[in-house]
Amino acid sequence: MRITRFKAAAVAVLLAAGLSACGNAGEDDSAGPDVEVSSGAASSFPDGSRMKEIAESGDLTIGVKFDQPGIGFKGAADDIPVGFDPEIGKILAASLGISPDKVHWKETISDNREPFLESGEVDLVIASYSITPERQKVVGQAGPYYVTGQQLLVPTDSKIDSLDDIKGMDICSVTGSTSLEQIEAKGANPRGFETYSDCVDQVLNGTVDAMTTDGAILMGYAAEHPDDLKVVVDPFSEERYGVGYSKKYPEMCQWIVDTIKKAEDDGTWATAFEDTLGKSGVDTPEPPAMDKCPA
Amino acid sequence: MNLVFEHFDLYLKAFGWTLWLFLASAVASLVVGTIIAALRVGPVGTMRWAAAIYVAIVRNTPLVLWFILIAQGLPMLGITFRSVEKLHIDSYYFRACLALTLYTSTFVAEAIRSGINAVPLGQAESARAIGLTFGGTMRHVILPQAFRASVPPLASVLIALLKNTSVAYVFGVYEATTRMKYFQNIAAQDLGIFILFALGYVVLVELVSAGAYALERRWKAARA
Repeated sequence: MRITRFKAAAVAVLLAAGLSACGNAGEDDSAGPDVEVSSGAASSFPDGSRMKEIAESGDLTIGVKFDQPGIGFKGAADDIPVGFDPEIGKILAASLGISPDKVHWKETISDNREPFLESGEVDLVIASYSITPERQKVVGQAGPYYVTGQQLLVPTDSKIDSLDDIKGMDICSVTGSTSLEQIEAKGANPRGFETYSDCVDQVLNGTVDAMTTDGAILMGYAAEHPDDLKVVVDPFSEERYGVGYSKKYPEMCQWIVDTIKKAEDDGTWATAFEDTLGKSGVDTPEPPAMDKCPA
Repeated sequence: MNLVFEHFDLYLKAFGWTLWLFLASAVASLVVGTIIAALRVGPVGTMRWAAAIYVAIVRNTPLVLWFILIAQGLPMLGITFRSVEKLHIDSYYFRACLALTLYTSTFVAEAIRSGINAVPLGQAESARAIGLTFGGTMRHVILPQAFRASVPPLASVLIALLKNTSVAYVFGVYEATTRMKYFQNIAAQDLGIFILFALGYVVLVELVSAGAYALERRWKAARA
């Protein structure tokens, strides 16, 4: 009887531990830079353009990540997601005369970015969305508004300090992500998990040797656990984040590029960076040059 | 879709992992499930009770919960099972098999129990009458007949197991569903890739059900 009671208690404890693994704390303060919302924006766009349509209706849906600290994160108590991606979204919304609280922020995970754009579920995707030729066959991508690269997050006492050390090592990331592909090509054992926070937990408890994804995301986690985790190796890939739009409205590309270019020039871009990714201690980089829009 | 054909070795390797997850978990589940079923019909009250509780708890909870418990919960308590790497067993594969076996064995136990119930009571009574112990009765008289009656429900359980291996895709095993996500990410969500991977599962499941059908026919003939 004692034994079974102990077992029941043990199961209960384990279940609780398993479930608590799901939670993740993020940044709490949601203060972003104030973006000036332009008034009478609709008149500045040509007739029949999608931008004019959105500006007139005031109805803009932007897909962002909800689970990447620094990039796009929405805590349970937040009304508006926080991070560099939502900041870019605010800048674009402002040019249409829409204030941040009027924007419909919709969570997009990596898998549904293209389907959401194609079906019109969202107007824009700003969700750590690397520009690739394959994706550009399906959707439009304007940018890049940010360039980052893949790095490794390891325990502070880890022996890994160069890419040569990772052969045969277990390295986790999110299932189906480009980062997991790259690490596989480098000879490591790719370990896919559902979210970045699951993956961080695996690094913290020693189940996996390292975690990999874009450096910007890793720095956010290293900042959360400065005593246990560190970011190592030079970036070994180039991820160019772009804004996704539907191919049905090619005119949106030039508007996105012009609006972000303006924000880069007037310092809004830098402020957005400092208030989000910059908090992990990285210096604000030079804003990247934009690609030309497809003719 | 062409992407999959260009990298067909990756496709095959992924289904290889799926198959290995299935085979190891199937064998382990059959063994553990048979023992649980025997305990449930056995003469020891405590064992009957313990086996019933085990089935009630595990069968009534979602599989993914057991994956979370074993692959994420236990490591937080320091139980990572990484010691199996010394035996050249992938620890992620091991944890996945453990979760699948824990879960599937309860379904196996119930399928076999239904088979045991199908064996007329007179069989057990006769076996005891000629002096066989409980173990002997089970081994020589009841279970051989029970397995035969259990083949159709066991086939369903194993088919479910084969498809359940896909839960491992977010628990570090590079099986078929993980590889599908990989291709989908590169090709920006292509329906053809989805269909090719669905087909892979259909083929494997069809093999299992064909095997079960052959077994059913063969044992039927043996009885006639």
